[in-house]
Amino acid sequence: MGLNISLAPDILFSIAGFPITNTMVWTTVIVLFLIVIFGSVTRSMKLVPGGLQNLLEVLVGGAYDFTRTIAITEKKTKRVFPLVFTMFIFVLVANLVVYIPGQSALTIDTGQGVVPLFRSIMSDYGLVLAMTIISIITIQIVAIATVGPFKYVGRFLNFRSPLKAFLGIMELVGEVAKIVSLSFRLFGNIFAGEVLTIVMLSLAPFFVPLPFMFLGLLTAVVQAFVFSVLTLIFINMASEIHEEEA
Amino acid sequence: MDESTKYLAAGLAVGLGAIGPGIGEGIAASKALEAIGRNPEASNKIIPLMFASMAVAESTAIYALVIGLIILFG
Repeated sequence: MGLNISLAPDILFSIAGFPITNTMVWTTVIVLFLIVIFGSVTRSMKLVPGGLQNLLEVLVGGAYDFTRTIAITEKKTKRVFPLVFTMFIFVLVANLVVYIPGQSALTIDTGQGVVPLFRSIMSDYGLVLAMTIISIITIQIVAIATVGPFKYVGRFLNFRSPLKAFLGIMELVGEVAKIVSLSFRLFGNIFAGEVLTIVMLSLAPFFVPLPFMFLGLLTAVVQAFVFSVLTLIFINMASEIHEEEA
Repeated sequence: MDESTKYLAAGLAVGLGAIGPGIGEGIAASKALEAIGRNPEASNKIIPLMFASMAVAESTAIYALVIGLIILFG
């Protein structure tokens, strides 16, 4: 095919031997944008909120109430809400920003050729894997904090009977499967959306790509929601591990 | 590897991988619609959960798609 589709993002330049890809540039821009927006609203918080503060309060309040329906106690909700909501907002903004018109037409001429300056950052598996590893490490930490380190290891390495040993191995496989499934769901949806849009635009550039791009827009919101809600549910399950019967 | 084998492999991967999730999401949607039919006032709670469940059921189709894309473009 004549299309320039690659799994790995294109490297723009290097800083002291460390290659900077176009997704890294875009991630930095998005993170700074989010920090500026939320920081400026929380610095001057009024009791009767104005426009932007009102909008953000609706968003944060609604998400907090939804989180409380899953993590029932107020204490657990307060602890888990920052991580889950940050992941949701980050993935949501990162996916929606792809639909700004004209941003994929900007290209940069590196030494090796002309590469696009911006690329949907969730189509970079490195970033998705990094976020997933953060989730999984948080889940393990919550599990250890709930039942203690010995019982935590005892869930996986259980030598009391062959059946329990096999179930312990299955638990280990389940944890690895969580990493794979959580990361591949987000990465696959966004990357496949990108590829589909590119292929459709190269086949029939007018009007035909519109349903696919609309599906991509819907997928962007739903996948952000699913990623953060699954993280929330796994953390909640890890905090409610019951002791095994003797 | 032969170009034609690549195309065949990618086509098989995505084609076979899309059968199961299609059936699964249809079952999820049918149960959701049945629940809405019984209790129309609960539809505001049922519909977001239906979308979330469909996104999770879609996962295996996405895994097959990623393998197909890796075969074609990796």
